[in-house]
Amino acid sequence: MRSVIDILDLSTDEIGGLIAVAEDIIADPAKYENLCRGKKLATLFFEPSTRTRMSFEAAMYELGGHVISMTDGASSSASKGESVSDTAKIVSFYADIIAMRHPKEGAALVAAKSASVPVVNAGDGGHCHPTQTLADLLTIHREKGGFSGLTVGLCGDLKFGRTVHSLVGALSRYEDIKFVLISPDELRLPDYVKDDVLDRKSIPYKETSSLDDAMGELDVLYMTRVQRERFFNEEDYLRLKDSYILTPEKLRGAKSDMAILHPLPRVNEISVAVDDDPRACYFRQAANGKYMRMALIMMLLGLHA
Amino acid sequence: MNVDSIMNGIVIDHIAAGCGMKLYMLLGLDSLDVSVALMRNVTSRKMGKKDIIKIDADIPVNFDVIGYVDPGATVNIIKNGELSEKLTIGMPERLTNVIKCKNPRCITTTEQELDQVFRLSDRERQEYRCIYCDTKAAK
Repeated sequence: MRSVIDILDLSTDEIGGLIAVAEDIIADPAKYENLCRGKKLATLFFEPSTRTRMSFEAAMYELGGHVISMTDGASSSASKGESVSDTAKIVSFYADIIAMRHPKEGAALVAAKSASVPVVNAGDGGHCHPTQTLADLLTIHREKGGFSGLTVGLCGDLKFGRTVHSLVGALSRYEDIKFVLISPDELRLPDYVKDDVLDRKSIPYKETSSLDDAMGELDVLYMTRVQRERFFNEEDYLRLKDSYILTPEKLRGAKSDMAILHPLPRVNEISVAVDDDPRACYFRQAANGKYMRMALIMMLLGLHA
Repeated sequence: MNVDSIMNGIVIDHIAAGCGMKLYMLLGLDSLDVSVALMRNVTSRKMGKKDIIKIDADIPVNFDVIGYVDPGATVNIIKNGELSEKLTIGMPERLTNVIKCKNPRCITTTEQELDQVFRLSDRERQEYRCIYCDTKAAK
């Protein structure tokens, strides 16, 4: 029985397979509408999430399955002191597959060890969020036709952003990838990601604090939010926050086919004026998340169209 | 300085100087009711200085702990005053309930019945990471 806790639990071949299924779902959704008939997805959300949970639920409904939900950990068994492993064990009797979000890092692994059905990690604190990475990968694949040979710019909070760390790990398995890491000094990509992933695989990367300087060479720009609470003082935040806001003016130096991604929600780091730019992919990226979740549910349940 | 030979027990030799006390504590030797000698900074031809632990009792010892603290340490099993077996441990792939994850956001901090499990993530750097949250173990 297979669970997906980390994006690296999936091989590049499996990710290629999921992308192919997602593309086929997009092309012919009717083919998939009854595939999960009689199957139930349990969404166990021990902390609030709107888009991820709804995306999982929509994915299951579009496969013809049912959804049972625990949407608020505070009103559930967890508030009575039940362990994650007991909850997962019990929910396994009610559902065929579990999608779980939990504030503690490693909670999904604990659930997967005790559950008797597949568990998909829908976010475990700041640790992993593999289905977001699947959405990112499908988006890059659809927009750029593949992964090899791309120069990928990651911009904003590269220190705490779990989506960034997962994406770096996932993309580093493809050939001829280059990264441009754009962040204030305070929010640089952690050394362990640079050492363990980039340096170990001799993947070229450069670090810069200037989005403007990097813009012209990027095939993909992955924006993240620079959060006020990450700074030690207000002065630094105010000094830096505007330099990582994407505007139509900043995009003037970008390639005409650059893909702009953002895991959402955005606050102000991408100006709404950019939304109409054909290079803005972040809403398509959110839609892609649902298709990849459909493909992943199928894979874990051993179903094929 | 002389410490008597032992009749039945274990001698952990070639421990990197300075690691003996950590090994002593992690093996729980402080709570044993048997003769135990910890020698620190003993002159060694090969290592310059080394630590040695002698346990004068035939008790079970967690070899994973030895391999984790110092994979270069050797274990001599002594029976009837003779060397019966000499082992080099090496780094274990997994460590269970030897060290604790220090990440306050790790699930092990709230669900304390969970085993504390670390995996060998980098043999060259002798690095272990928590299997739950991937936090590096502090050496």
